[in-house]
Amino acid sequence: MKSLRKYLDKKKPLFQKGGKYAKFGSTFGAIETFLFTPNHTSKSGTHIHDSIDLKRTMTVVILALVPALLFGSWNIGYQHGLAFGIERSVIENFIFGFMKFLPIMIVSYGVGLGIEFIAAQIRGHEVNEGFLVTGILIPLILPINIPLWMVALAVAFAVIFGKEIFGGTGYNIMNVALIARAFLFFAYPSQMSGDAVWIYELPNKVPVDGFSGATPLAQMAQGASSKMASFSDMFLGFIPGSIGETSTLAVLIGAAILIFTGIGSWKIMISTVMGALAIGLLCNLLAVNDYMALPPYYHLVMGGFAFGTVFMATDPVTASHTEKGKWIYGFMIGALAVLIRVFNPAYPEGMMLAILLMNVWSPLIDYFVVEGHIKRRLKRAKLKGNA
Amino acid sequence: MSKVINLKRGLDIRLKGDAEKKYGTAPETELVALKPTDFHGLSPKILVKAGQEVRAGEPLFLDKYNPEIQITAPLSGEILAVNRGERRKVLEIVIKPDGKNSSVDFLSANPENLSREEVKNKLKISGIWPFLKQRPYGTVAKPEKTPSNIFISGFDSAPLAPDYEFILKGQTSAFQTGINALNKLTDGKIHVGIRPDQANGFFAGIKNIEITQFSGPHPAGNVGIQIHHLSPVDKGDLVWTIKPQEVIFIGRLFETGKVDFTKIISLTGTEVNTPQYYKVIQGISLSTLLKKAIKHEVAERIISGNVLTGTQIDADGYLGFYDDQVTVIPEGDYYEFLGWAMPRLHKFSLSHSYFSWLNPKQSYKVDSNLNGEERAYVMTGQYEKVLPMDILPVFLMKAIIAKDIDKMEQLGIYEVIEEDLALCEYVCTSKTEVQRILREGINLMIKELGN
Repeated sequence: MKSLRKYLDKKKPLFQKGGKYAKFGSTFGAIETFLFTPNHTSKSGTHIHDSIDLKRTMTVVILALVPALLFGSWNIGYQHGLAFGIERSVIENFIFGFMKFLPIMIVSYGVGLGIEFIAAQIRGHEVNEGFLVTGILIPLILPINIPLWMVALAVAFAVIFGKEIFGGTGYNIMNVALIARAFLFFAYPSQMSGDAVWIYELPNKVPVDGFSGATPLAQMAQGASSKMASFSDMFLGFIPGSIGETSTLAVLIGAAILIFTGIGSWKIMISTVMGALAIGLLCNLLAVNDYMALPPYYHLVMGGFAFGTVFMATDPVTASHTEKGKWIYGFMIGALAVLIRVFNPAYPEGMMLAILLMNVWSPLIDYFVVEGHIKRRLKRAKLKGNA
Repeated sequence: MSKVINLKRGLDIRLKGDAEKKYGTAPETELVALKPTDFHGLSPKILVKAGQEVRAGEPLFLDKYNPEIQITAPLSGEILAVNRGERRKVLEIVIKPDGKNSSVDFLSANPENLSREEVKNKLKISGIWPFLKQRPYGTVAKPEKTPSNIFISGFDSAPLAPDYEFILKGQTSAFQTGINALNKLTDGKIHVGIRPDQANGFFAGIKNIEITQFSGPHPAGNVGIQIHHLSPVDKGDLVWTIKPQEVIFIGRLFETGKVDFTKIISLTGTEVNTPQYYKVIQGISLSTLLKKAIKHEVAERIISGNVLTGTQIDADGYLGFYDDQVTVIPEGDYYEFLGWAMPRLHKFSLSHSYFSWLNPKQSYKVDSNLNGEERAYVMTGQYEKVLPMDILPVFLMKAIIAKDIDKMEQLGIYEVIEEDLALCEYVCTSKTEVQRILREGINLMIKELGN
């Protein structure tokens, strides 16, 4: 490692101001700080700093995503096997699925990081770590049959128009990964919904008799609730769906990691679940059709609810920034997601739209929380004045 | 029984190098310096020239805009130099002691028999006045004002901070005299905040004070936090603060008629051979003491004060005006291969992304590495975890960055100074310079609305 460090130290002046390759300073910085945590010391204020930084934070989030990624890869193979009557072992299923998943991930990272590097270079900033997580979130919320050029297009759109035009990581208003998904959802609906997109090769090959490939959400929306998978199958994830979202169990492992490390907000996760359950119960009370009569806890294991709750709603930049606001923000996401699912048959899945909508609203929630805080402070000052 | 306030939020950073409760022999005082930069917002007018002889208690410089605030020589000697920095800014006034201990006689008096003006006058001319600070803003108190209350924190909860019970032992009489003098300055009370385990300690023997117990992690010992929970500072409010050793300076002045700026400091940190206490004079040059006490194994960072709020000084630097602690930690200017991905078992973090939570008793050797690079705000809810105040710190920061005076006022800038938000800076994932930003905000408030 010492020789590597020496090499970097030797090349560093070339990339600094006045150097031959000063134009690529950000790129050099990104690679250098990836390889070695920098030697920066405290210049003002506290002389010591907590060991956590954004790289560590993002690493933890990626770790939390690993269970969903592993299960999702396996499920690609498993669903493919079911559809075409192929017998494979667990490992074979996983390898089959992972090899199909890998190109999507590579395209996502390649395009996204490329744009990040260029944007950082243009601004003369350091490359921010935000896309490390976004780059893996995007493939996990896409159907396996998505064409790679669409992935590239969606990532480019999301990173440029969802993030960089606002100023980069930390300044974006809406969740970047969900912008990518929403872009595809509205631009290429036939590749993003329907019964065929979730199973590898299904659009082009004839499956075994009786296999449909429809997700539980689609079945509910079509009023075919009797065909729906069992609760345990949905909880464990043996169902068609976007690559990383199917297994609530795998997502829960991720949730545990995020909550334990303090990086994901448990307040948002809990309130989102509460919002979904509350509206689910309300639907039950007024039920006039099968979907309204669905037990509320089914919503938690169907579609992208769990994945969205744990990995999307908790994105600290686009969520509510106040602790009180987080409760309202989460509750509204859960409530809206169920409302869209049950009452809008055009969109079988409501989670994506609910989160994006609340992303836009979260500054408003914060505004009211801060105003309330200010009013309380003023009242305190007035009380004292009278005393 | 005094009132008990339990503070839940905060953080005790467990560092190695805490001072043993014993005294080391301080070397003879070679040089002493007073630094105008120790006083926020003070524009010094220098009253002495190099070569001039001064006695203890003779003024060295005063504040151009508040000429009643003057800083005096802590001992007698010759002015060695008036050191200036960029744009001729005065950095330090260095005195070489003559060992004669001649000092100005301010006449001893029982403060209880004096009027408010007489007490104020004694404090002003003796140079003890600048120890009184005001809230809002944490600047030197304005002599013409009367504070609603005076607050003293009876303990320091910062990392490796000196134990006041140990420092104050045996100085009850001077402290009581100081309290009696302070009582003349306010129509309100003198509030003293203590830890629950101090209930029968030093402050129990002091009269004319109102004791409140504060339990909880740092910053429970910060006077700003204590004020917030007893009588928060809103627009138009004014309270003063002072530290216990400085109360003793006041007591000695009234008891003897002479200034005696001897104080007890702790020399702490992992790079010190035997962390312990020393009896020294205000503004002492630390070079001889440090030369002997430091291990000299690695490049060090020497801090006058604690690791959260102190000022970095050179190896031949001087003790800061308000400091009763010197900390020496390793400088952190090194690279670490893939450090962000390593388990890093030896590193401390509030977050559980490190393993320091597994061993809540272990203390750590911490250096000055930033542990990351500065970024835009990404994480939320971090500052709130370490600030036991009803304040939204990130929104306050953003109001300051936007220079929005109304919002700064509404969000409570009157209640905080740097030390209160120091832990926020420590835990910040984005490495935001919280204390610098806050001081900029305070300076803007003073500029726009007056002090």
